[in-house]
Amino acid sequence: MSSPETSPAPIFPHRHLIGIEGLSPQDITALLDLADTYVEQNRRIDKKGAVLRGRTQINLFFEASTRTQSSFELAGKRLGADVMNMSVGTSSVKKGETLIDTAVTLNAMHPDMIVVRHQNSGAVELLSQKVSCSVVNAGDGAHEHPTQALLDALTIRRRKGKLQGLRVAICGDILHSRVARSNILLLHTMGARVRVIGPPTLMPTGIERFGVEIFHDMKKGLEDCDIVMMLRLQLERMAGSYVPSQREYFRYYGLDYDKLAAAKPDALVMHPGPMNRGVEIDSAVADDIHRSLIREQVEMGVAVRMAVLDALARNLPNDPSIAETAK
Amino acid sequence: MTRTAFVNARLLDPASGYDQTGSLLVEDGRIVDLGPELFKDGIPEGVETVECGGKVLCPGLVDMRVFTGEPGAEHRETLALTSQAAAAGGVTTVIVMPNTDPVIDDVALVDFMERRARDTAIVNVHPMAALTKGLKGQEMTEIGLLKEAGAVAFTDGDKAVANAQVVRRAMSYAKLFDALLVQHAEEPSLASGVMHEGELSSRWGLTGIPAAAETIMIERDLRLMELTGGRLHIAQISCEASVEIIRAAKNRGLPVTCGVSAAHLQLNQLDIQGYRTFFKLSPPLRSEQDRQALVAGLADGTIDVIVSGHDPQDADVKRRPFEEANFGAIGLETLLAAGLALVHSGDVPLARLLDTMTHVPADLLDLGTGRLAAGLPADLILIDTDMPWQLKPEALKSVSKNTPFEDRRFQGRVLRTIVGGRMVFVHGEED
Repeated sequence: MSSPETSPAPIFPHRHLIGIEGLSPQDITALLDLADTYVEQNRRIDKKGAVLRGRTQINLFFEASTRTQSSFELAGKRLGADVMNMSVGTSSVKKGETLIDTAVTLNAMHPDMIVVRHQNSGAVELLSQKVSCSVVNAGDGAHEHPTQALLDALTIRRRKGKLQGLRVAICGDILHSRVARSNILLLHTMGARVRVIGPPTLMPTGIERFGVEIFHDMKKGLEDCDIVMMLRLQLERMAGSYVPSQREYFRYYGLDYDKLAAAKPDALVMHPGPMNRGVEIDSAVADDIHRSLIREQVEMGVAVRMAVLDALARNLPNDPSIAETAK
Repeated sequence: MTRTAFVNARLLDPASGYDQTGSLLVEDGRIVDLGPELFKDGIPEGVETVECGGKVLCPGLVDMRVFTGEPGAEHRETLALTSQAAAAGGVTTVIVMPNTDPVIDDVALVDFMERRARDTAIVNVHPMAALTKGLKGQEMTEIGLLKEAGAVAFTDGDKAVANAQVVRRAMSYAKLFDALLVQHAEEPSLASGVMHEGELSSRWGLTGIPAAAETIMIERDLRLMELTGGRLHIAQISCEASVEIIRAAKNRGLPVTCGVSAAHLQLNQLDIQGYRTFFKLSPPLRSEQDRQALVAGLADGTIDVIVSGHDPQDADVKRRPFEEANFGAIGLETLLAAGLALVHSGDVPLARLLDTMTHVPADLLDLGTGRLAAGLPADLILIDTDMPWQLKPEALKSVSKNTPFEDRRFQGRVLRTIVGGRMVFVHGEED
């Protein structure tokens, strides 16, 4: 595997990363391979690279997120980019500026990358049409969260050695989850078999046409699974609107050792965070170092985001002098 | 006395089935005579002559679902501009919805609309009045007084009247005046979404509106019709199930009628792909199967009228993420052309298409127009049913350019629009 510094050749034939939809298995594999090299780099004492030296990255977060935003910030900085964080609280969006005006304003500052999270599905795509730099979707509404799916795939691939043929269960609030959508698309593209598990009220209409198997009984759904992906369920959705109560939800869909026993003995547990302990996942399972990949997912997150930023930057117009220094 | 002769026209009167080449004479704003024998001995002195070249001369269109920006949102569209768009689209009578600011729920506002229309509009404009005060869905408006003032029907426009008791009483009370109630059939508690609910809404992460939101409201209102003996018009239906429900109700003899928008006859939910907000409509564009059922329902008479659903929305409220954008599309200038596409595809005969846009809505609203007959106002259009053209938003009259037919190629165009004998639009002569 070649390191990115010596191989700046384009590997990813897209200008933006808006979603997993539209990516080929080759695109995904290329990003995961590159991310593997960054895992190694991130474990060194000197973690700093220079492939994004001179580049400006703006993290534009319309929705609060500690984890994803800091992961992108760290990823950009470790690649040598200048990273600016903009969150809704301090931006003019609160003063009524439209998304497109914000995009045009930021674009005038000549960023090379904009990382966007927005509460509305499709907002990141809309923004990408109005700027001249690369755009990375850090989550848009209930649509997609592609870097989460990529980091999940990297985590699984490093532990199981492959994605093809694995049986993966995605459990919980599928309806509102962009993580579920991106993961279903990615795992499906890479040849894994995907099951979704949850109450009917938290299943999207037409989910059976996503190429997944649907289960409402968690134990049955977990049978023969290699990977158990839990999703966060927002607490306000558990007050009678989608499910009657937290305790009833935990009883039927909370992951504890009893339910996990239905999966393969070596099945591993994942969660995109932040977790509601005792609601969708039992603390003991979440913290079990033999079964839980939750902390590893966070580590892979930085590496995957470095790979995405690097891959997209390779397609940007380049200043030869910068490329030279980067070497 | 002004007299205009339309000669060598294909005279088409959908109401009577009349379809012959001949001439038509307009005198002081009214049709006085028509037929193949007229002017056989030449045209008398002092009559202005319009050579029609064998093209279709038929009654002007009546569009019974138009939202205008006046009063309150003139930046979207004034009544004057709405009427110019109508004229360019061959619509000689525009029925405006009460969803203005202020709401048309009072006699004074009906008067205002009539006055503004008289002073600024180049086509006939009649308002529907609100069915409930302030469109709040709670208390019925003064149906009798409003009707006397000129309101042609009663509706909360793009809002459903959700309270069954309110609908029941209004339906019952409206019988006193034989007033028509028009319902936007969409159960609000099921309609919090932004597009048709199904696989695509799930894939795109958008909240869906199930077809059941529409059918539940229609079925409820049909029961209320049976209970009260009143009549009802469903403003726009959007799905196959609604076509079936209305068909069955008509077979039972219920005096229910319904409309469909030209956009829903031509487009489906796939057009939204890429989160294109110009396709965000209410009711939503549904599946191709639904669209085909609507076309079939139109052909067999289940659906009574085609409307434009014209709803000007400016860039500020459309250039937004899909969920935040407003619903609505303009449609006055594409109503006929979009309808003609169904004629060219062989789905609907020309006369049937024109039924749904002329005498049927005119009769529903008791307008006394929509026909080619001596004594009626000369609200006419001359159509080239084959002329090819492409829609360019910059060529539209409306300031708001939210058309779902951008760059669409159409076959068939209005050549002239005549309102009360006055030529209000001539193709190729617009500025």
